[in-house]
Amino acid sequence: MKKTLASAAIAATILLSNTVFAGDVVRIATEGAYPPWNALNSAGQLEGFEIDLYKDLCERAKLECSMEQTAWDGIIPSLQAGKFDVIMAGMSITDKRKKKITFSRSYASSPAVFVVNKDSELASFIVAADKISLAELDAGEKTALDATLAALKGKNIGVQKGTIHLNFLKEYLKDDATIRTYATQEQLDLDLQSGRVDVAFAAMSYWHPLFQKEEGEDFMAIGPGFSEGPFGEGVGLGLRKDDQVLADKFSVAINAAIEDGTVSKIATKWFGFDASTK
Amino acid sequence: MDIDIIKESIPAIAQALPVTLALVSISLFFGFFLAVIVALGRLSQHSLLNKPAYLFVYIFRSTPLLIQMFLIYYGSGQFRDELDAVGLWYFFKEPWFCAILSLTLNTGAYTSEIIRGGILSVSVGLLEAGKACGMNALQLFKRITFPLAMRQALPGYGNEVILMVKSTSLASTITIMDMTGVYKEIASEYFSPFEPIIIAGSFYLLLNYIITILIGKAEKKYALVTR
Repeated sequence: MKKTLASAAIAATILLSNTVFAGDVVRIATEGAYPPWNALNSAGQLEGFEIDLYKDLCERAKLECSMEQTAWDGIIPSLQAGKFDVIMAGMSITDKRKKKITFSRSYASSPAVFVVNKDSELASFIVAADKISLAELDAGEKTALDATLAALKGKNIGVQKGTIHLNFLKEYLKDDATIRTYATQEQLDLDLQSGRVDVAFAAMSYWHPLFQKEEGEDFMAIGPGFSEGPFGEGVGLGLRKDDQVLADKFSVAINAAIEDGTVSKIATKWFGFDASTK
Repeated sequence: MDIDIIKESIPAIAQALPVTLALVSISLFFGFFLAVIVALGRLSQHSLLNKPAYLFVYIFRSTPLLIQMFLIYYGSGQFRDELDAVGLWYFFKEPWFCAILSLTLNTGAYTSEIIRGGILSVSVGLLEAGKACGMNALQLFKRITFPLAMRQALPGYGNEVILMVKSTSLASTITIMDMTGVYKEIASEYFSPFEPIIIAGSFYLLLNYIITILIGKAEKKYALVTR
């Protein structure tokens, strides 16, 4: 009886550790609802910046990879439960997430911006700074930040659930504005269009290509682009903590892909600007 | 299991309990009146009344509440200008209005069938006795049909109330921060769904326990001597 228990315990430990071994297919998961990072095209296939990039990275790291789609809501618990091995879903590297999972080095980053309808009263809002780095604020940035926060007072602001953008709003605007959270970015866009929210907040890499399309032609960005601080160190691959070896392999591949210009080429193709991290 | 997350979840989800209670009570209140009207429509001899009532019940019982809610919320957003022109956008703009509207229509459809069953169970003999005493149609309905139908409908209606408590969790999909909305937010903040789910689940369990007791008491109070 004792023996059976012991071997059952060992079997359970092996099953629960979920480490990726050499020769295993690396299962990468993405959201498929955050264009142009990752999205489903009209044929129902995944496409986007990360879809192109993962193929390049896996080839460099000599890994056999597969890509699947999963919901953003609960993506980290699913990784930990071993449903897949890597998150590649426009996920920013933050201290909070680092407590749960490990990251590769970052491959891209994008400032966060507020977006309104062109006919909104906020459309004419301008500040002196076009970029604010929240890690260290200089005097000009501080003034611009305060002006932006004051302009957003009393507004309905929409944001996707479980994002660094929500963390920012909670930190800076919790008591001064109504924050509405959405399961997907697409639902938020619908409510921005209909005017249920006055302002939407997400990454520039999402908005920039959307502005060129019919769905986004009535939208415009206002105020400065925010980065660092609660926005973390850019976007990286998320892995289980016991898969550090695999994370390092990916970091080496990302280094090489950034150096030879591959990342910036793919980024420019999808975002319309070079969002690669140097 | 992380004790700290549990400690944070309990007060946060408890604070959202009034939201859930408001969604349930407001939509049950309006839904009941709607249900009586629809049930009477269904029982009417005029096809101008019973056909629309039948169609209403058919549509709202046969489609998922989630789809009804999404259609009312995101669907109305597509007709902003039209709704604005008739002054209705003021209401449809609010997630609260859309949530209560869809819950009311949904419970109205189900409850109307429960009430219809109750009304049909009232025996013809009683109504004839009432008529013999000289009661008119309104008096017959007020004094005989309605009270007896309600007594008959009570167990079924209790079931509907409990279902409604659980249905309100869908309002979280249209940005309302009810108990489910708050649990989802905590889950995504700590990347740990287990703890807040347990707490939210316990709150629903407790709420429905209280409702079950209240319904049991009501059933006892209005029960026939036969029990």
